[in-house]
Amino acid sequence: MTTGSIEFGLNSFGDVPTDGDRTLSDAETVRLLVQEAKHAEKVGLDVFSIGEHYREGYVDSAGPVLLAGIATATESIRLGTSVTVLSTNDPVRLYNEFSTLDALSNGRAQLVLGRASQTQSFPLFGYNLEDYETLFEEKLELFMKLQREESVTWSGTVRAPLTNQTLHPTMRPGGIPTWIGVGGSPNSVIRAARYGLPLMLAIIGGEPHRFAGHVDLYFRALEQFGLPRQPVGQHALGLIADTDDEAAETWWQAWQPLVTQMGRERGFYPPTRERYDLELATGALFVGSPETVAQKIVRMTDELQISRFDLKYDIGGLPVDARARTIELFGTKVAPRVRELLAEREAAADASDPGASDPDASDAPQPGGHDLYPIGSTHA
Amino acid sequence: MPDTQPTALVDAAQPTLPTIGILGAGKVGTVLSRLLLAAGYRVLIAGSGSPAKISLIIDVLAPGAVAMTASEVARDSDIVILALPLGKYRSIPADLLEGKLVIDAMNYWWEVDGIRDDLNDPRLSTSELIQSFLPASRVVKAYNHMGYHDLDEGPAPLGTPDRKAIGIAGGDELALADVAALVNASGFDPVLVGTLRDSINLQPGSELFGANFTASGVQDAVARFPSTERGLEVAAARAGDELLSAT
Repeated sequence: MTTGSIEFGLNSFGDVPTDGDRTLSDAETVRLLVQEAKHAEKVGLDVFSIGEHYREGYVDSAGPVLLAGIATATESIRLGTSVTVLSTNDPVRLYNEFSTLDALSNGRAQLVLGRASQTQSFPLFGYNLEDYETLFEEKLELFMKLQREESVTWSGTVRAPLTNQTLHPTMRPGGIPTWIGVGGSPNSVIRAARYGLPLMLAIIGGEPHRFAGHVDLYFRALEQFGLPRQPVGQHALGLIADTDDEAAETWWQAWQPLVTQMGRERGFYPPTRERYDLELATGALFVGSPETVAQKIVRMTDELQISRFDLKYDIGGLPVDARARTIELFGTKVAPRVRELLAEREAAADASDPGASDPDASDAPQPGGHDLYPIGSTHA
Repeated sequence: MPDTQPTALVDAAQPTLPTIGILGAGKVGTVLSRLLLAAGYRVLIAGSGSPAKISLIIDVLAPGAVAMTASEVARDSDIVILALPLGKYRSIPADLLEGKLVIDAMNYWWEVDGIRDDLNDPRLSTSELIQSFLPASRVVKAYNHMGYHDLDEGPAPLGTPDRKAIGIAGGDELALADVAALVNASGFDPVLVGTLRDSINLQPGSELFGANFTASGVQDAVARFPSTERGLEVAAARAGDELLSAT
């Protein structure tokens, strides 16, 4: 299969790190994120994204503000969200924030919309969790109309109606690249396809190839809706260090207490070291030396047909230095190595299969390239 | 299993297999469909809306299963598996399940169901709640405690070393035997963990919830449950309840 090029994103949830014996303050962590985004740009990564959380240990609650700060400190790296909790955001406000960010960054804004696996924003902003499906569905409809239509008339149950509304600053025609983040719900996959939006698979546990069926479902659904192929991306957690052992140990020190805490909240017991080792070997964690992580990403391009890979490099309590090393190695070693491996394979495939460059092969996934994804403009 | 096994044997066995209905076409419902289709069962499945809404999902993620309405699934199946969000249990077509074996694979997950004290009561297992909602059905708890990705990756033929186990709970011997056979056919060792009242030991907050253990691991966890923090909480709440109802 022709894989084409691949894009690399760095994701942060604004997790508060440690520095020696000290835990950084929230404010220090906010400023660190700007430095880390600059670092990501310097080592050639394509996208820097932040999440949206409302709890102790995370400072990513005001995403667009943070991204605006980063926009003025960087020049070329694209800026997005690793998930925006659309259900508890106002689509009009979101449009205003991201059209401003896009203007400020000279066309570098993008975002991933999701229902989120953490739900603190619901009580915080006065929403009922039980309504999350309706909230997401209606707000996605409105947000996409705002991006794709010049003047919007909309009514629904989750906010005040709009009549012939135009928002300013206006976005570029068709809107900014907007992905749908999914965690395994088949209905969410269909929804992404229905809107013709690229799919971001959030895979944080278990063997990633389980999602191959979801990718098939996504492509078939796009076909059924008569829409062109869109890229598939993967959001994963991980750490890159000089050796596999160093990476595994460093990550475990921070990951184990975090997952223990999550388990306490959701009623499951923390994973054992044995389970952890399995997650590293064949599971969802991208923890290891540059070569190990690069090989694993290449496997994902086979199993899940991804053309974008996002690494969430920060988890609470990780040392600042380990984060910096991950960013450095991700950009300078892993990304080029993956591209090299993919190019080698493509060359080998071309040599053995003269039809590989045939125009009929155009049903392969749309390669990411360095262009912005043409969202919406062709099928608004 | 050798590939050369005569298909006639399989075909001859087919008529005796019950038809399985699955209510819920999400993560768990589609994984269970695949497991049971692979085991040779006829599988009928329903989402929350019309069959058309899930036909593509089923076509791709569980090819061979038949998408129907929830009422049709309830009516036409011998055994019905509940794989919808627990918070929506009142949408289950109770009257159509009368006399049937119903497998409760649901869990309270507050991030989907909202904060619901009725679904998080240490005095009452959620399967007891389902049994009281379906008084004329025989309810057995199964397939709830293992994560859906482990369910997906875990099936193995009977006798495989380290084959993973599924805890089952209920009070009806025949129903339990049927569910044990189903669990076994789907690739897991069935382990009886107690009655529906006991099945709180499979719910969120228990060691078994989210666990991917072998049969002996499940048995050990069941034995440990009363002395765990959650086990003690459950025992205290139930003792208090009995005291209240005695006065």
